[in-house]
Amino acid sequence: MNPFSLVGKTVLVTGASSGIGRATSVICSQMGAIVIITGRNEVRLSETYEMMEGNDHIQIAADLTNYEQLSKLIERIPKLDGIVNIAGIANPLVLQLTETSDVNEIMQINAIVPIHLTRLVLQQKKLNKGASLIYISSINGNNCAYIGSSIYAASKSALTGFMKGVALELSSRGIRANCINPGMIDTDLLSSGSIGQEELEKDRLKYPLKRYGKPDEVAYAVVYLLSDATQWITGSSLLIDGGYTLQ
Amino acid sequence: METTEFIKNFADQFDDTDASEFTLETRFRELDEWSSLNALAILNMIGKKYSVFLKPDEMKPTNTVQELFDLVQSKLS
Repeated sequence: MNPFSLVGKTVLVTGASSGIGRATSVICSQMGAIVIITGRNEVRLSETYEMMEGNDHIQIAADLTNYEQLSKLIERIPKLDGIVNIAGIANPLVLQLTETSDVNEIMQINAIVPIHLTRLVLQQKKLNKGASLIYISSINGNNCAYIGSSIYAASKSALTGFMKGVALELSSRGIRANCINPGMIDTDLLSSGSIGQEELEKDRLKYPLKRYGKPDEVAYAVVYLLSDATQWITGSSLLIDGGYTLQ
Repeated sequence: METTEFIKNFADQFDDTDASEFTLETRFRELDEWSSLNALAILNMIGKKYSVFLKPDEMKPTNTVQELFDLVQSKLS
């Protein structure tokens, strides 16, 4: 029996329509899991669905910031062995130009949604014993900070604090909770975003391993934390940053 | 889009340079306090006030307030 296998596990992945979420969904399916994918963009969500291997996967398009859609999603899904909270946003925004709506949006998507999702799956008894809860946090806000992302940092460290409380509270049921703290990952979020190509090139060189991470490299860590190999790991934050925060 | 309003919004992104010093001819990259933080703040300001979302690479060739104004104007029309 391969301790890293996900065969027989049912896993929910949020933010599955692109980037880390898409890579995670595909790789979890390759490792044998039944994957329930959700995301806002219906078209891109079905693209992810088409890329997955095996049968019995489920796709449900939903805007998780809409509380009604979130609770409906939880009602529809079967019992889970794992949840991977990936949906998130990042927009460089200096604090002095940050408005109430910006704060609310970033906190809502990055921190409040995973909190409500976790609460709802518990209340609706959708977690199997020994389930693994994974929150994609960030080095930003936990291990370092960047100009133009104080609210993002706040949302990601909020997520880490929440994860610790959950890890302790659910430990008696063998349910584990962990964060993954990635450094910069090459995704559409980056290439389409407001950061210039030249700046990105310069920033890449700040990483001791001289490149950004790949979505697949975060997905492999997700597989690890979902698998039975990590049954004694809870409350931890796994750093995946190419050595960035060593300096 | 009005130039006077644009200059005022532009000047708001600086702390040490007096707002009265800014004109359309101001070469903002040569200001003592110019930094990447101002650049980001100006991009954010243009996004918020004019719903024009410039990338830093697009802003890079501009040196005067007028050039930046023209760039934003070209995106609006």
